[in-house]
Amino acid sequence: MYYAVTLALVVTMALALARAVLGPTVYDPVLSVTMFGTKTVLLLSVIAFLYGRPDFLDLALAYALINFIGVLAVLEFFRSRAIRREQERQDGGSAE
Amino acid sequence: MKIALDILSWVLLTAGGVFVLVGGIGALRMPNLYTRMHAASVTDTMGAILVIAGVMIQAGFTLVTIKLAAILLFLLITSPAPSYALGNAAMLAGIKPDAGSAADLEQAP
Repeated sequence: MYYAVTLALVVTMALALARAVLGPTVYDPVLSVTMFGTKTVLLLSVIAFLYGRPDFLDLALAYALINFIGVLAVLEFFRSRAIRREQERQDGGSAE
Repeated sequence: MKIALDILSWVLLTAGGVFVLVGGIGALRMPNLYTRMHAASVTDTMGAILVIAGVMIQAGFTLVTIKLAAILLFLLITSPAPSYALGNAAMLAGIKPDAGSAADLEQAP
């Protein structure tokens, strides 16, 4: 039974990776990475039961936290870059 | 009783797998960034809740259940924040939400 869920999770991770590679904007890979992270946490929880090794749950817990911080850091970078570009464009526009 | 719990957890796990798969297909096939975020959020909420609930029933009342509850809590608290930050950053970068067209192909920065 765990195999079906594991398969669904792995296929979804592959689809998220495909979207990350295809993504037309810079935000698509970020979205894919968030999705991929959540799927990794779920996959680790299911694998803990598939192999009967509950230690995997600690890894899942740590991964959930690391994923959260990592995605927020990347997004803060993109956000400040967008604001900076907007400011530069306005400054350039008023100077002309 | 054992069989009933097993069946319940199998149903939850299968439903979770279906939700995750549907969200993954949506995230690949939807036309623009905001609709893809909508599809991806299905896997973050419904998929996570159902899969974790399914394995929780298998675990019974042990320390493992507490850990699973902590994982679910973290997932549910932490998934909206990146979604909001992503939407906010994309909006600031000038990608307009326009469902029904593949508009962000031309608007890509």
